[in-house]
Amino acid sequence: MKILTGNDLRTGAVTWWNGSGWSPFVDDAVDVAEDAEEILAREEAARRVNVPYAIEASIDAEGHVRPAHIKDRVRALGPTVRRDLAVPTADKTGWDWVI
Amino acid sequence: MYRYDQYDQEMVEARVAEFRDQARRRLEGKLTEDQFKPLRLMNGLYLQLHAYMLRVAIPYGTLNARQMEMLADIADKYDRGYGHFTTRQNIQYNWIKLEDCADALADLATVEMHAIQTSGNCIRNISADHFAGAAADEVVDPRPYAELLRQWSSFHPEFTYLPRKFKIAVIASAKDRAAMRLHDIGIRIVKRNGEVGAEVYAGGGMGRTPMIAPLIRDFVPIDQLITYAEAALRVYNRYGRRDNKYKARIKILVHELGAAEYIRQVEEEFAHMLTVGVEPPREELARIAEYFAPPAFVDGPKTVDRSDPDFALWVDRNTHRHKHDAYVSAVISLKPAGGIPGDATSEQMRLVAKLAREYSFDELRVMHTQNLLLPHVRIADLHALWTALDEAGLGSPNMDTIEDIIACPGLDYCALANARSIPLAQRISERFAESGRTGELGELKLKISGCINACGHHHAGHIGILGVDKKGTENYQLSLGGSEAEDVSLAKITGPGFDEDGVIAAVEKVTDVYLTQRSDGERFLDTYRRIGMEPFKEALYG
Amino acid sequence: MGNARDLGTSPDEVQFRFRDDEPVDHGTVTVDACCDQTNATAVRIEPGDDARLLLPFLDRLALVEVNFPVFGDGRGYSAARILREAGYTGELRAVGDVLIDQLSHMRRCGFDSFAPDKRLDKEDAMRAFATWENVYQRAADTRRIIADKRHEA
Repeated sequence: MKILTGNDLRTGAVTWWNGSGWSPFVDDAVDVAEDAEEILAREEAARRVNVPYAIEASIDAEGHVRPAHIKDRVRALGPTVRRDLAVPTADKTGWDWVI
Repeated sequence: MYRYDQYDQEMVEARVAEFRDQARRRLEGKLTEDQFKPLRLMNGLYLQLHAYMLRVAIPYGTLNARQMEMLADIADKYDRGYGHFTTRQNIQYNWIKLEDCADALADLATVEMHAIQTSGNCIRNISADHFAGAAADEVVDPRPYAELLRQWSSFHPEFTYLPRKFKIAVIASAKDRAAMRLHDIGIRIVKRNGEVGAEVYAGGGMGRTPMIAPLIRDFVPIDQLITYAEAALRVYNRYGRRDNKYKARIKILVHELGAAEYIRQVEEEFAHMLTVGVEPPREELARIAEYFAPPAFVDGPKTVDRSDPDFALWVDRNTHRHKHDAYVSAVISLKPAGGIPGDATSEQMRLVAKLAREYSFDELRVMHTQNLLLPHVRIADLHALWTALDEAGLGSPNMDTIEDIIACPGLDYCALANARSIPLAQRISERFAESGRTGELGELKLKISGCINACGHHHAGHIGILGVDKKGTENYQLSLGGSEAEDVSLAKITGPGFDEDGVIAAVEKVTDVYLTQRSDGERFLDTYRRIGMEPFKEALYG
Repeated sequence: MGNARDLGTSPDEVQFRFRDDEPVDHGTVTVDACCDQTNATAVRIEPGDDARLLLPFLDRLALVEVNFPVFGDGRGYSAARILREAGYTGELRAVGDVLIDQLSHMRRCGFDSFAPDKRLDKEDAMRAFATWENVYQRAADTRRIIADKRHEA
């Protein structure tokens, strides 16, 4: 699937397109199929997100969204070396797939 | 150390106001991200993997306790309670909000600090020998010259949109503790027949095309230093490549023209600039130099009680000879085994500030090795200092050992990285601390970069590690034989890369080769230079 | 090259001008053309041009336009200073991708008129021109630098 991510303009926080807005949780990300370019242009112009881009992802057996590239997997959870600062998530197995 | 007068203060405050206005225009949509990016970068604000990152300048690595406490306050108020000290003697905060950034800069301005030109295609923060003003071997204190250059380069109207970033380092001794020849311009302050002048190197750098800077002038009279710098920069601004970002650094210009032709052009421009008259008045350097007058040293004991072996080891490893024999410079390691190189919590920053007040004339340094330093500590106070540091986890006796690893933030934080650097540093330092071989290995500089941009100085490591992306997984190339010091050299790649476990094992193997092959008194680097790459390759791939 | 009407900005396109004389009302020629022609009074410098080629002709030039096709290409700042250092007193116009936050530096390098591709917010621009009450380094303007002020008797 194709999902959208970027950073919040005001705070810089990592955000994911959830179909109607931007969420801090990667699991909220939705498949945008063919609409990526249109959503990216609209949302960036409205400054609801900064430097957004489309990435490949998949959904695992438990329903968690897993970005394909390691960089976006690190972005989804936080620095692997500071797990105390991780994005709060109910996904207990998250760190296992980051690397 | 230098103190702002009303003018310096006005300048940083004007910059805060300017940035506040720029941020406002960005948030209102009057600036696009493409237009805003160079502006925020010139105030040290990046957009990294997880958030905005703010890089605050610590000019020539010198700061006082009040400033360090402000760095701690910024970490608590606007960030997540810690900061990361960098190889260019700056500090980075990883979680700054754009909407808070101007407030953070305003707070910094109250203690004469800023983030001016810590990024962008301009002249960056000037770095210097971290032992400046203290080292027994220096000709003069290089910092007044660095400060003169700092003022000249701040908001320079002609050199704000250079082809690429521009880094200057200043030292003043035969020993190079600032990677001087791996800078765009490296300056060694020298004396010739009693006259102070500058030996100037240009076109060094790391990144994807590492180069050692050639000498471009053996003596610039000190009252022409700014004029000469202006000439060197103008030639670069006019003729540095702008067609390819990766070939835009001055090292490529110097390399493509040849040093002789670059020198010829600079000399021509220099002769012209001398007629234009751009040098600040002579008295300005004298005014600045007064701020760097040595503190009131007093005589005292020249040796320590070595009955506590842990203390004695720390003294041997982490102190550096001072120009006054009752003092030393004391290195505060930010490299605890298993720790994140260069990271310090706000609590640690406050403790270090307090110790600087108590033991080092209110003065602190940030080292290019991502450690901190108290430049002027009475030998009589060393035990008390060490005790306080040790209790706070800041007493690791590992300066210039294999545990004193330089590592960039890597893929844990950096948007450019291909692989993580920090976990490698953590595992390697832990492994050598546990095996107890750190001491046996002696001076061994291990440097790790998470991408080809080489922020972790891997080209200059006795052992260097470069993280690369191999089909979506982290892979690490090992290199040997680099040095950033006066015996500067560039490391050579050993061969095919390794995965994370593999590269850690490889580091152990090359240290084994060294221990087997070394002659008396040889460092790792010396042995490598004598025996060459083959025995190491054999151990790694044979 | 050399067709004067094809090149250059007209006075109408100049948004900010810090001169009292009448602006040149015809187009500019390229640096090459200027060096070949004996009568050109207005010239346009592109980023890759060597401004020093114009030094023999400064007396007859009334307008030099320096083009900034992209704001990040800073060669025009050096071109401007080189001309002023050589004594050029005619109009020096920054044209192209000229943005608010470059105005004060351009002014310091000797530009005295500005014809941005996209008209700038006047209030923001005026604030930008006035950003730096004091300056650290000498440039093409005649401002006394901070170090001078520190050491005046």
